[in-house]
Amino acid sequence: MTVTSNDEIRILTPSGMLGYGFPVDHFKMGLALQPHAITIDSGSTDSGPQKLGKGEMTCSREAYVKDIAVLLEAQHATKIPVLISSAGGDGSNLHVDAFMDIIREISTQRGWRFKVASIYADIDKGLIGRELRAGRIEPLGPVPPLEQSEIDAATVVVAQMGAEPFLKALDESEGVDVVVSGRAYDPSPTAAMAIRAGFDPALAWHMGKIMECGALCAEPVGRNVMGYLHRDHFEIEPLNPAERCTTASVAAHTLYEKSHPFLLAGPGGTLDLSNCTYEQVTDRRVRVSGSRFEPAKRYTVKLEGAKTAGFRSIFIAGARDPIFISQIDTLIEQVFDGTRKYFAEVPTDSYRLIPHIYGKNGVMGDLEPHKGPPAHEICVIVEVAATTQALATAMCGKVRTSLMHTPYPGRIATAGNLASPFTPLEIPLGEACAFNVYHLMTVDSPTALFPIQYHEVGR
Amino acid sequence: MNAPTPLRDIAKVIRSKNAGPFEITLDIVFKTKEDFEAVKRSGVITRELVSGLYNVPTQNIITFGFFDLINAVKITLPRPRPQGGIGETDMHAAQQHVPLQEILVPWPTVT
Repeated sequence: MTVTSNDEIRILTPSGMLGYGFPVDHFKMGLALQPHAITIDSGSTDSGPQKLGKGEMTCSREAYVKDIAVLLEAQHATKIPVLISSAGGDGSNLHVDAFMDIIREISTQRGWRFKVASIYADIDKGLIGRELRAGRIEPLGPVPPLEQSEIDAATVVVAQMGAEPFLKALDESEGVDVVVSGRAYDPSPTAAMAIRAGFDPALAWHMGKIMECGALCAEPVGRNVMGYLHRDHFEIEPLNPAERCTTASVAAHTLYEKSHPFLLAGPGGTLDLSNCTYEQVTDRRVRVSGSRFEPAKRYTVKLEGAKTAGFRSIFIAGARDPIFISQIDTLIEQVFDGTRKYFAEVPTDSYRLIPHIYGKNGVMGDLEPHKGPPAHEICVIVEVAATTQALATAMCGKVRTSLMHTPYPGRIATAGNLASPFTPLEIPLGEACAFNVYHLMTVDSPTALFPIQYHEVGR
Repeated sequence: MNAPTPLRDIAKVIRSKNAGPFEITLDIVFKTKEDFEAVKRSGVITRELVSGLYNVPTQNIITFGFFDLINAVKITLPRPRPQGGIGETDMHAAQQHVPLQEILVPWPTVT
């Protein structure tokens, strides 16, 4: 049984990303400290638009099974609630159900029984269209204004939920053991547990913000982390004895992947950390106070969506001949011109030929500051995007064979210009995806968009 | 005695990363308050410098600041292209920090 206290709420987060694995020995050290909840996030847009666009998950099902089995075993043994957010990475309904399926499978196999709440975050496209016409949708950052055609094109659109749907799931049904949510603002599960226990929302959000990354706030960075929230401060400590939180590591944590280090906008308001105080409590534990939360005038949620955008094929080849390398830009352009002429029947705005020249500017493109000659050997990847896979591969093949055999001034290596490491020589990449919805939508209710289902699973 | 010294020899952290699919964020964290203050005083790191290095008009820079509490410079820019689409070169924007390493700051030479 968890110890309830009016003065402290303890949260255990085993990892910054469900599915990446975490040290179970450190997790068990955390359990021994009798946390009131175990929270873990699974979401990120960082690995690309194909999750939303094509329904892929960040990690393999096998990886999720491994991590979730550890969490369920802990919940079965201790009855500590487990809150999992942004199922599968994108937090779509499809992946909430995939996680539910994993939980059912493990529970049945192991003979455990759980009460599970699943919270969904797919947003009806009809509703988004109506809200767009009502002027309640705005771009988030450097994004074009939303258009109906992009809503239609999106495979799925999710919204990031705040703490409220978690609070509702915990309050509405007695004794929920496990919550699995769709797309959520990463700190929401931790913040919800703390707000539910009556603690200061500003501190709750700040602690959640740090903990959603696991022990990324430690030196060296790690996985399992424990948060201790009190009335006017919180404390944070990694569970791996080889790691330590320092005032510098905790204070600097909110730099990471954030637009601004101190102003963090989320559902319902903005966390302001500019007047926080960080104190070293032990050599491994840091105390934080002074966090502020400024409620927004309008409650907004972040919409995320992606669409498919045609098919891609690539080839990968090396070049070592210095006479060839010195002319690579001109030769690529000539070969692209020849390919466009060869495929004259294909509308030029329906495909793209894109060179990636490693050893020259493959990583930074036009922003590459090194303007000197390329390296002594280069890697040439040509990316072709077209309306069908067959066409993309055909065009890719035309570019590759042309570049392989094209003559050039000074050529003395007359057998071939490229060193090809792999077959197939042209590699089909499948459908490309593109983020096309990244907007704020004003809502009247923080919970209405996020339906909750309750399940008894296992036996 | 000061000599132009690349920032890579001064800072503790110089890194780049996505901040969502449409922004790239750059962090420069210094080893000490003194180093942070000295670089800030040098006046070398400016919006105009960042604008030139990353080909972004100054008015499009989302965040630019010296943050005393964490001895860090934070710069957030629009991504050159939406993350992970056609033509992507750096899905996580994890290798776009190099131009910052090469910034030359007048720095005391070791005597």
